[in-house]
Amino acid sequence: MKFQGTKEYVATRELQMAVNAAITLQRPLLIKGEPGTGKTMLAEQLAESLGTELIQWHIKSTTKAHQGLYEYDAVSRLRDSQLGEEGVKDISNYIKKGKLWEAFSGDKPPVLLIDEIDKADIEFPNDLLLELDKMEFFVYETQERIVAKHRPIIIITSNNEKELPDAFLRRCFFHYIDFPDKETMEKIVDVHYPDIKKSLLKEAMDVFFDLRKVPGLKKKPSTSELVDWLKLLLADEIDPETLRNKDSAIPPMYGALVKNEQDTELLQKLAFMSRRKG
Amino acid sequence: MLIDFFQTMRQYRVPCSIREYLDLVGALKQNLAFADMEDFYQISRICLVKDERHFDKFDKAFSHFFEGIDSLDDLLANAKSIPEDWMKSEFERMFSKEELAEIESQGGFDELMKKFRERMEEQEKRHRGGNRMIGTGGTSPFGADGYNPEGIRVQQGRSRHKKAIKVWEQRNYRNLDDDIELGIRNIKVALRRLRKFARQGAAEELDLDDTISSTASNAGFLDIKMVPERHNAVKVLLFFDIGGTMDPFVRVCEELFSAARTEFKHMEPYYFHNCMYESVWKDNRRKSNERTSTWDLMRKFTKDYKVIYIGDAMMAPYEVTHVGGSVEHWNDEPGAIWLQRMKDTFDKMVWLNPVPESQWGWSNSLNTIKEIMDDKMYPLTINGLEDAMRYLSK
Repeated sequence: MKFQGTKEYVATRELQMAVNAAITLQRPLLIKGEPGTGKTMLAEQLAESLGTELIQWHIKSTTKAHQGLYEYDAVSRLRDSQLGEEGVKDISNYIKKGKLWEAFSGDKPPVLLIDEIDKADIEFPNDLLLELDKMEFFVYETQERIVAKHRPIIIITSNNEKELPDAFLRRCFFHYIDFPDKETMEKIVDVHYPDIKKSLLKEAMDVFFDLRKVPGLKKKPSTSELVDWLKLLLADEIDPETLRNKDSAIPPMYGALVKNEQDTELLQKLAFMSRRKG
Repeated sequence: MLIDFFQTMRQYRVPCSIREYLDLVGALKQNLAFADMEDFYQISRICLVKDERHFDKFDKAFSHFFEGIDSLDDLLANAKSIPEDWMKSEFERMFSKEELAEIESQGGFDELMKKFRERMEEQEKRHRGGNRMIGTGGTSPFGADGYNPEGIRVQQGRSRHKKAIKVWEQRNYRNLDDDIELGIRNIKVALRRLRKFARQGAAEELDLDDTISSTASNAGFLDIKMVPERHNAVKVLLFFDIGGTMDPFVRVCEELFSAARTEFKHMEPYYFHNCMYESVWKDNRRKSNERTSTWDLMRKFTKDYKVIYIGDAMMAPYEVTHVGGSVEHWNDEPGAIWLQRMKDTFDKMVWLNPVPESQWGWSNSLNTIKEIMDDKMYPLTINGLEDAMRYLSK
């Protein structure tokens, strides 16, 4: 079981190494990196290449660790008891399985994606220590121990909005996805748009990497923006000549690359300045 | 196995524990990296380092550890002129007992040295111009006889190895290192005072007590009561004075910064120089082109953000009071006005000063700022911090 990237996903050597280490040693893999470098996509592609199920657990600021295990719906049980419903005596009717439970009960080791773990409360990772370590937990309401049939492959992504506790980090492997260099980038584009014209691609890449170098951008365009932008360029049949024409300074369809108002303004200012120079 | 490597990492304060070390050994046992320096670099980083902030330290430690191999090169280059005893002791230092025993068993140290010399002379003729002699074609005395457990890996996959060397010598992650762990414990404890739990947002938790009492008063008919959950609701804006007179205090400030990062739900750090003017910045290396307008800050953050300045407030008086007083740029409005605006915008604001309180009287600018701050200036000591936090959490 070796992961080597897929048809739609270019994985660098380092990333392959990290993923394979995590699979072999059965550790959760924590992935960080600039937004748009394909952290979430990794889990999807990994599941596909291993031919196994992907279970996604997207974390929000209100997500609690125990929601991943199970939830006991006391409120509806109280209501049901008032109404004299059937089955109210059996507490297990009011226990809802969480994503982790789901992942534990699969027949084949699934890929479990815990997406954007940094969005949750500070205590969230700490509450999952034992579960990730031993791959088991205890349901107090039914006095039942849930043990994973197969250890799921766990991919955790973080955008660094919060520090993760040391005890949690110790249990994970860690990989930081660097922003791809030009070579890798070309491979990535090739994977998404195999028929893109060579010259257009070259010009587009130059524009893109130049744009990343513009100082002061709030959000530098990343891989996913590049892919979107190329899609637009292709759809509009922009020819390489237009891109090469540096007079305008603002690349065509820049809306796909630059996502906020200040950045657009900055680019327009720069464009104005360069026109004046010329 | 690799214990020295692990110790080197610890020396460079890469926060790794025995658990991580065992992971690494386990990974190697599974043949995830074999006889390849770059793979070893990757796998050890995956296992030992858990945050990109520590990559830089790891790189340093890694190159330090494997520098032994470079110095071995030098050793070889100078082998002819170095006294044998010295070399012998040097090698004994490098090899473990078992390895030395093995060397003995294969003809002893002298035999090895002889081989070295022969090879040396041979190589001297073949490559001139200070090429790395060890490892060419995997036939160096070390490689051939397998004496150096770490050295061995270097010799194979030469081009890749070179690339890897570049990876850790580039030190790409220097910018991410903000860690100062020593002595921050006290600061953390003081800052914790500021934590304030509040029930805010949507009602999500079942309030059992209230449900019982309201059900009882509802003649036994179920009446469910919910409450919002408790959150740490403190939001903080931090401003660091950086550069110039603050340089001796930068360490203290960094400690505070690294302590604060983990303590609050919302915390935004910014930098300024000497006094606050129309803009601040987030990354000191790029301060000339990535600035944030102070107006923007005032609009962006709500007034319940607690504002904390950290600075020595020691400067020429005109830097606070005059138009164009700033030493770095032309300011259209004096710093005092900006401080005043901040005070009007935010409810609570304090200034922490690393200069000992006993010296405060000597500086005009300090007293001007203290006045603007309504005397809410505290020394950067544990007590001062606690006082400041007490005021902020009032």
